[in-house]
Amino acid sequence: MDPLADLDMTRRGLLMGTAATVALTVGSLPMPARAATGEPAPQPVASPVTATVSFTVNGTAHDLALDTRTTLLDALREHLHLTGPKKGCDHGQCGACTVIVDGRRINSCLSLAVMHQGDRITTIEGLGTPDKLHPMQAAFVKHDGYQCGYCTPGQICSAVAVLKEIEDGIPSHATADLTARPRLTADELRERMSGNICRCGAYSNIVDAITEVAGREA
Amino acid sequence: MKFDTPATTNPIDQLKVVGVSTSRIDGPLKTTGTAPYAYERHDVVPNQAYGYVVGAGIGKGRIASLSVAAAKAAPGVLAVVTADNAGKLGKGRLNIAKLLGGPEIDHYHQAVALVVAESFEQARAAAQLIRVEYERGEGRFDLAQAKAAMGDAADAKKEDSNVGDFAAAFAAAPVKLDETYRTPDQSHAMMEPHATVAAWEGDRLTVWTSNQMVDWTTGDLARTLGMPKEKVRLISPFVGGGFGGKLFLRADTLLAALGARAAGRPVKVALQRPLMMNNTTHRPATIQRIRIGATADGRITAIAHESWSGNLPDGKPENAVDQTRLLYAGANRLTGNRLAVLDLPEGNAMRAPGEAPGLMALEIAMDEMAERLGLDPVEFRIRNDTQVDPEKPERPFSKRQLVECLRVGAERFGWDKRNPRPGATRDGDWLVGIGMAAAFRNNLLTKSAARVRLDTRGVVTVETDMTDIGTGSYTIIAQTAAEMMGVGLDRVVVRLGDSSFPVSAGSGGQWGANNATAGVYAACVKLREAVAQRLGVNSADAQFADGQVRSGNRSVPLAQAAGGGELSAEDAIEYGDLGKRYQQSTFGGHFVEVAVDAATGETRVRRMLAVCAAGRILNPLSARSQVIGAMTMGVGAALMEELAVDTRSGFFVNHDLAGYEVPVHADIPHQEVIFLDETDPISSPMKAKGVGELGLCGVGAAVANAVYNATGVRVRDYPVTLDKLLDRLPPLA
Repeated sequence: MDPLADLDMTRRGLLMGTAATVALTVGSLPMPARAATGEPAPQPVASPVTATVSFTVNGTAHDLALDTRTTLLDALREHLHLTGPKKGCDHGQCGACTVIVDGRRINSCLSLAVMHQGDRITTIEGLGTPDKLHPMQAAFVKHDGYQCGYCTPGQICSAVAVLKEIEDGIPSHATADLTARPRLTADELRERMSGNICRCGAYSNIVDAITEVAGREA
Repeated sequence: MKFDTPATTNPIDQLKVVGVSTSRIDGPLKTTGTAPYAYERHDVVPNQAYGYVVGAGIGKGRIASLSVAAAKAAPGVLAVVTADNAGKLGKGRLNIAKLLGGPEIDHYHQAVALVVAESFEQARAAAQLIRVEYERGEGRFDLAQAKAAMGDAADAKKEDSNVGDFAAAFAAAPVKLDETYRTPDQSHAMMEPHATVAAWEGDRLTVWTSNQMVDWTTGDLARTLGMPKEKVRLISPFVGGGFGGKLFLRADTLLAALGARAAGRPVKVALQRPLMMNNTTHRPATIQRIRIGATADGRITAIAHESWSGNLPDGKPENAVDQTRLLYAGANRLTGNRLAVLDLPEGNAMRAPGEAPGLMALEIAMDEMAERLGLDPVEFRIRNDTQVDPEKPERPFSKRQLVECLRVGAERFGWDKRNPRPGATRDGDWLVGIGMAAAFRNNLLTKSAARVRLDTRGVVTVETDMTDIGTGSYTIIAQTAAEMMGVGLDRVVVRLGDSSFPVSAGSGGQWGANNATAGVYAACVKLREAVAQRLGVNSADAQFADGQVRSGNRSVPLAQAAGGGELSAEDAIEYGDLGKRYQQSTFGGHFVEVAVDAATGETRVRRMLAVCAAGRILNPLSARSQVIGAMTMGVGAALMEELAVDTRSGFFVNHDLAGYEVPVHADIPHQEVIFLDETDPISSPMKAKGVGELGLCGVGAAVANAVYNATGVRVRDYPVTLDKLLDRLPPLA
């Protein structure tokens, strides 16, 4: 049996209603035994269900055998030791785990790893290195678009993807005219970046950094 | 090095490196995801198991039974730690509530168990199998009720500060104000959860964690575990935000250590986000009564500020009145911090403890008072400036440029264009207003040590247990060492956050920058002496510049001093009584423009400016970031942040980042910061102070005052949400 075919089919549904779906997934794990037996004390499940998944991260192919409950974020951080994507909330509330999958940014904590068969994943480590910074990384350094640094990889991955979204003509809540190309304004950037919380409050500098990169790219 | 006389000219004054806007030296690591935070230390020890924390489900009471059998039998589970099997535990000197509860439960989400398993998924699943039966106790969860039960606390108590005759002066004042303000419980909500990897080697324990105060926490971990401090090593090189929430030993560290002991292998634990707000500390809510009496021309003659807050037994009050003892003149004064016992989670320091909520109230009161006097709010504050401690006039401020901050801010912001009539300025659908507030935060002096080494390549390495919580410590310490030793930043290595390094001031109370760099200064002075001695020159006239040591006509490469072996020097800055003889504080002015939707009451911040006078600014780039970040937190405090208390069950209901709203990109406009050119030689050889908390102080009131100016609606109960405006907005035209 190929469990991934089914998982792949459910991916769109999960992406549309991620929070509720994950809550159900997590909450339901120990529960079936309890419901089936009707006993007051829940019984543990026998052993973790595992599945294999293959995807590419930063250009390198990986084949993983994972507990199916493993999020993409934990697969990256705990199995591949790519700890650039951060776990800030594990509930899709903060954006620290943002990575780029097939060109679109996602909260990797809200996505199960086994849903990503065949996907091309880019993490912050794939954008640049300390010796060879991506222009967005360099702009964050120049404009001091970070402080503690914990939300920073997510901010930068989001920022790179945001510029692509605008370039692709994808509108946002702040886009006044849905039939025209979205403009590269501070309001557009702020709206699109609002899923990435920075408690240190570097927002003003982050917008400066993105604007500079956008100007350079334009 | 003892610092007991004001600084004179020293090598820092060259300002070749210090005082120059400098990109963070840790920037390339942080922006590439390669800076290692606590939970990510796959590199330090193999075979790490995963811990998952179970928090108490009641606010107060006892555990009647706790069943771990199913969890222990679950796949992959290695150990379950509870108070039953953890052994005898002490309590940290700086902890109020126990970090592992049971059988007594002191507060909601107090940890009651840690499940350790081979994988995170297994630990999480097994944690759901733990069954806890509670006996719910009677808890006190309502601050307003507790305040009422304290009776008429308007009478001065012995812990109050009391100067002159407040009651008589207030009664006689021709213009007066007597209002009550409320600030809610707030959460630090730093982005990185409290996290620790713990590993035992025999009876020695190492923890890789995320903590602001390495020495405090090393000591409290040892104390809690009943072991010698020397056998505990704590490593915290990168801290993903703290804001006071990581000042102390918390449950992640203790439970990781206990879990590692129980499992017989290294264990890592991160507090789950939904646990953090009730499990850890928070900024306590306050109820503040402020009375101000003034002459008709706006001179304050009487000022009283009383604050009520709650905490667990043995906890401390939120010192919300403290700035009122120092900020404005006035001969007759009364202030007091009153404490009620509440069984909510532990209240403790959050960024600018005391001043942040205190100024949220006081600076609305000043705005209201100015209006009653018919005075401009900036002018009213200027008229009541003082250059001495108003309670002890013989004690001057070391430096106080509050008036300059307000004047410069007013000019730069266009304050003269403000319409003093509230609710009268429209921009389409928006009601527009501007507001301001004074900023004030004390400058705290505390011992700080460092070690500086010079190797044969001429590389200077600084080691101190100082932490960088986003403040920019790495960079300003490198700048200090570079300036002192006459080398470029590329010849300096900074190693922080390790209990094996000399004990620093740590990060808190905006004391880190000045004290930690002053400690590095002291160590560098010693290293310069060692270099001079090694080179056979007089240290007094030796010049350290461009990688060379010059004395008279002689110039020798610095590296040559280490030719015969590495040189190392360790010293600390220690302070005499300058902090007692002079009042040392930092000052600022915040200016804010808001637009309030005339129909819905939605508030948007349009412009923000801070002007700060805080001694020498060591790195204008990162100092500015500290201030804009604080201004952002101030917008949160003004408009959205509130831990909602369930006063029946005793917990904060909105305990995650979806329910506890903090500002996001769309909430924050471009922000401007101006630092006045200032040095304070009474503060330290660096002549610096701190800005990280100053930037927050007063922001909330400036926003609230701007909302008042926009709408004519005075809200004295934070946060200023639209429901508090809606039924009082001006009629729609």
